[in-house]
Amino acid sequence: MKNSAEVVIIGAGISGCSTAYNLAKKGVKNIVVLEKNYICSGSTGRCGAGVRMQWGTEMNCKIAKESIEFYEHANEILEYDRDVDFKQKGYLLIADTDKEIEQFKKNIEVQHSCGIPSKLLSLEEAREIVPYLNTDMLKGAAFCEKDGFLNPFKTTDAFYKAAKRLGVEFNTFTEVTGIKTENGRVVGVDTNKGFISTNIVVNATNAYSKNICDMIGLDIPVYSERHQILVTEPVEPMQDPMVMSFGLNLYVQQSPEGSFIMGRGDANEPRDLRITSSWHFLEEMAKTIDAILPPISKLRVVRQWAGLYNMTPDKQPIYDKADNIEGFYLCVGYSGHGFMFGPITGIVMSEMILGEKPTIDVSMLNLNRFKTGNLLLEPSVV
Amino acid sequence: MEDNTIICRCSDVTLQQVRDLIKEGYVTYDEIKRITRIGMGPCQGKTCGQLVLREIASATGQNIADIKFQTTRPPVVGVKLGLIAEEGRRNEE
Ligand SMILES: Cc1cc2nc3c(=O)[nH]c(=O)nc-3n(C[C@H](O)[C@H](O)[C@H](O)COP(=O)(O)OP(=O)(O)OC[C@H]3O[C@@H](n4cnc5c(N)ncnc54)[C@H](O)[C@@H]3O)c2cc1C
Ligand code: FES
Repeated sequence: MKNSAEVVIIGAGISGCSTAYNLAKKGVKNIVVLEKNYICSGSTGRCGAGVRMQWGTEMNCKIAKESIEFYEHANEILEYDRDVDFKQKGYLLIADTDKEIEQFKKNIEVQHSCGIPSKLLSLEEAREIVPYLNTDMLKGAAFCEKDGFLNPFKTTDAFYKAAKRLGVEFNTFTEVTGIKTENGRVVGVDTNKGFISTNIVVNATNAYSKNICDMIGLDIPVYSERHQILVTEPVEPMQDPMVMSFGLNLYVQQSPEGSFIMGRGDANEPRDLRITSSWHFLEEMAKTIDAILPPISKLRVVRQWAGLYNMTPDKQPIYDKADNIEGFYLCVGYSGHGFMFGPITGIVMSEMILGEKPTIDVSMLNLNRFKTGNLLLEPSVV
Repeated sequence: MEDNTIICRCSDVTLQQVRDLIKEGYVTYDEIKRITRIGMGPCQGKTCGQLVLREIASATGQNIADIKFQTTRPPVVGVKLGLIAEEGRRNEE
């Protein structure tokens, strides 16, 4: 491991790998990434891997749209020798209350102003897309054909390999234990494998972001929350889009391998760093599927697992630098949708660090918004 | 020589793929699993897991017992979602 670096990035999930790649591409030499486990061992490697443009705030719509347009060409741009397996088969959002349909209409207006090709669907139209959808308790749906999903391991691997080719040093099984500051600025990072001096640190640790901010005395209003997910045995292709509902609390998609992947949130989750699996989740998930997508309930579950969301009060990420210590940057708090923002995370963080004009103005996603109360609440999350 | 022997029948992974990844520097079970999907099939790596560990051991000179295997995740035998739902509804009554 090097003992000095121009930039040290903490965390090798999609955010850390994308930031490393973008900084290296812009010519920054001597970048070091520190990962306490292996590459993609955090939430990125545990996520549902869905990407959608159908958001409720203009900011999220813009970030998602640009990121998805990047993913459409990720194999070429990152010169990847494997395939990130991007499938754009759409997201079918279903609603069981009139209130939610009203929200869909508002969201679609925002989406159209950003050039996103989403539309409201009748229940008949929804059944044309997913014939076995039980619409008895539903009121309507929304659809965007540009949404989809890709392989999170390979996507992170693609950024990792591209960054490595550009000279970025990755140190796995290397845990950051402290950050050294002098006269109000970062001067280095302590790890279980030794000290690295640097003037720039990027906190890309998602669920652990608060612990890292604590190291410089920066208090951020985020917490981590367990989210569970399961996968079934593989079957013949039968469902094109991701089916998702905010009200009914579910998302379910069929992976290219044929297995179904599904998850839901739980408002009663304790706010800690636990990632064990529970029977309660399995039961709630099974009951929801049985009611909404009956044929899928004939499938066997082969595995369930869990990962952490890093939540902010308005369910939108934080892209900013610390105001108490110079040289400390953070890209955290994705509230369950940081995978799909990965490409833009790397671009806007590298621009912020280098003082360049931003591709997308994300200044609204600053830390100060939680103090001023100038929040941009995202209405549409599971 | 290419070794096209399939070592993971569930996820269709060859011995050669595993050896190539190890050569590229992916020397933990979890990394190889995540890139190839080895061990993620219905048998949950019961057949292929040991073979991967053996390849990692011989390439890195570690003792096979010292290499970390994947977390065993519930449910150990596949249960139909519908049955779980039924059970769940009964418990509510
Ligand atoms: C069940 C589930 C489903 C999800 N579904 C989706 C989805 O469909 N679409 C979507 O866009 N998002 C989804 N998400 C959210 C998404 O996974 C995250 O927002 C995203 O992966 C965050 O990426 P990251 O790189 O910031 O963090 P991570 O991938 O969590 O990476 C952070 C890394 O930092 C490392 N680290 C932590 N502390 C230290 C330290 N002290 N020293 C060194 N390294 C450290 C960790 O080991 C970890 O590897 C889901 C999440 C879960 C849990
Ligand atoms: S043979 Fe590899 S998971 Fe079953």
